[in-house]
Amino acid sequence: MKHYEVEILDAKTKDKLCFLDKVEPNATIGEIKSMFHKSHPQWYPARQSIRLDPKGKSLKDEDVLQHLPVGTTATFYFRDLGAQISWVTVFLTEYAGPLLIYLMFYFRVPFIYAPKYDFTTSKHWVVHLACMCHSFHYVKRLLETLFVHRFSHGTMPLRNIFKNCTYYWGFAAWMAYYINHPLYTPPTYGEQQIRLALTVFLFCQIGNFSIHIALRNLRPPGSKTRKIPYPTKNPFTWIFLLVSCPNYTYELGSWLGFTLMTQCLPVAAFTLVGFIQMTVWAKGKHRSYLKEFRDYPTLRSPILPFIL
Amino acid sequence: MASGEEDGTVEEKETNNKKRTKGAIATAWLTFYNIAMTAGWLVLAVAMVRYYLQKGTHKGLYRNIARTLKFFQTFALLEVGHCAIGIVRTSVIVTGVQVCSRIFMVWFVTNSIRQIQNEESVILFVVVWTITEITRYSFYTFNLLNHLPYFIKWARYNMFIVMYPLGVIGELLTIHASLPYVRRSGMYSLRLPNKYNVSFDYYYFLIIVMLSYIPCKHSTHNKTSTCMLPFPHWGCHVSGV
Repeated sequence: MKHYEVEILDAKTKDKLCFLDKVEPNATIGEIKSMFHKSHPQWYPARQSIRLDPKGKSLKDEDVLQHLPVGTTATFYFRDLGAQISWVTVFLTEYAGPLLIYLMFYFRVPFIYAPKYDFTTSKHWVVHLACMCHSFHYVKRLLETLFVHRFSHGTMPLRNIFKNCTYYWGFAAWMAYYINHPLYTPPTYGEQQIRLALTVFLFCQIGNFSIHIALRNLRPPGSKTRKIPYPTKNPFTWIFLLVSCPNYTYELGSWLGFTLMTQCLPVAAFTLVGFIQMTVWAKGKHRSYLKEFRDYPTLRSPILPFIL
Repeated sequence: MASGEEDGTVEEKETNNKKRTKGAIATAWLTFYNIAMTAGWLVLAVAMVRYYLQKGTHKGLYRNIARTLKFFQTFALLEVGHCAIGIVRTSVIVTGVQVCSRIFMVWFVTNSIRQIQNEESVILFVVVWTITEITRYSFYTFNLLNHLPYFIKWARYNMFIVMYPLGVIGELLTIHASLPYVRRSGMYSLRLPNKYNVSFDYYYFLIIVMLSYIPCKHSTHNKTSTCMLPFPHWGCHVSGV
């Protein structure tokens, strides 16, 4: 069996960083990353970007050496992606925050509101309902992160955790402050409004969960394959006929429900910002579906049926 | 067939012509815009000097030039549009932040809080802005006409060293002076309870604005992404336009 020689150069300075000889032809990029890690312990595989061209795209961990357009002496370029953190860690941290922060405001922990309100509870039943819905939402997200989602990437740059946590924790505090405030004003149309809002919220929570399960089932455990999602027997998934990313559609719906339930402007602002971000993601995902699959259903829109 | 090839190049020529006309229109508009703005700020400068020479005091000067200042500073919003449609090569966000901070100073601080209009700090930042804008707009105008006098170029890259800190001081002192009046009047503020379940305190907002001068003014006014000059400067259009 012919062995390969692999040299790894720095993409910017072109310095020779590593030379590996007697590499098996069927070695994967992932295995080469592990070997590189041995000679440079500070660059663990997750922060390595290995490419054929200094300015080119990163090679995938699954790519096999002999199937790449390289000679028996392969030259790769390395770029440091910076400190990495696992997606699971980021998700758990960014979701645990709002859960706990909201509860602190709900229980009126000292130093938030005037001292005479410390540890009191709101007299409005919608405030209790809102706390249950908000908490349910984030508990659901935490459980999905642990048991449902199958992540394509293991890690993301470390600075993302600060950016993401500021966003989630900041908005959670802003919302929770007003909803649990002693001077909170319940919705204008009272019980009717709250009931409608709760229905929308629950419907969309179930919908969102159904989509997450459907997406999980598309992908066998441990794999990173991508397939076109289709409606299943679950009626909540029939929205796949019209939309590429119904998880985002349902998420928007949930927050619209919560906005209606609490009639609180900060909640509306959070819903709007989330919607803008999810639309950007949905459009990107829709575009990559179209690029990857020739037979992608043409009726589908990225996030809002027929509109967006 | 030969005619097939000819059709291809005719199409190319048409799109190139369209591009050239668009470029010519853009240049003509930008030239007009920059000349108009230079003139506007010159008018402002002359009005201020005349007022001071006639009255001998700065009291009442702001009221005298308020309308002209508001008009020309607000008109600068167009510059965000120029970046958005690509006829000026600067980031929309950077220009947006700079214009917004000017609009904020003019409309939401100086214009709406009458009691501070005779403060010296107001005169300070208005004078700084006038000098800076006359330099900036005449620089762009001369650039567009491909005839840049050395002293305009010198002014553009050197005046800021003095103008920029003076401007910041003028603006900060003005906001600071307005605080007691804002607090007392409760202006632009929304208190609880209300049906939107939100509150806003303009007093604390102004304090946050003052604090944000430290990181914000440092980063947006020191963008060197398009220019190769070695020192930081404000809204560089050397490589654009």
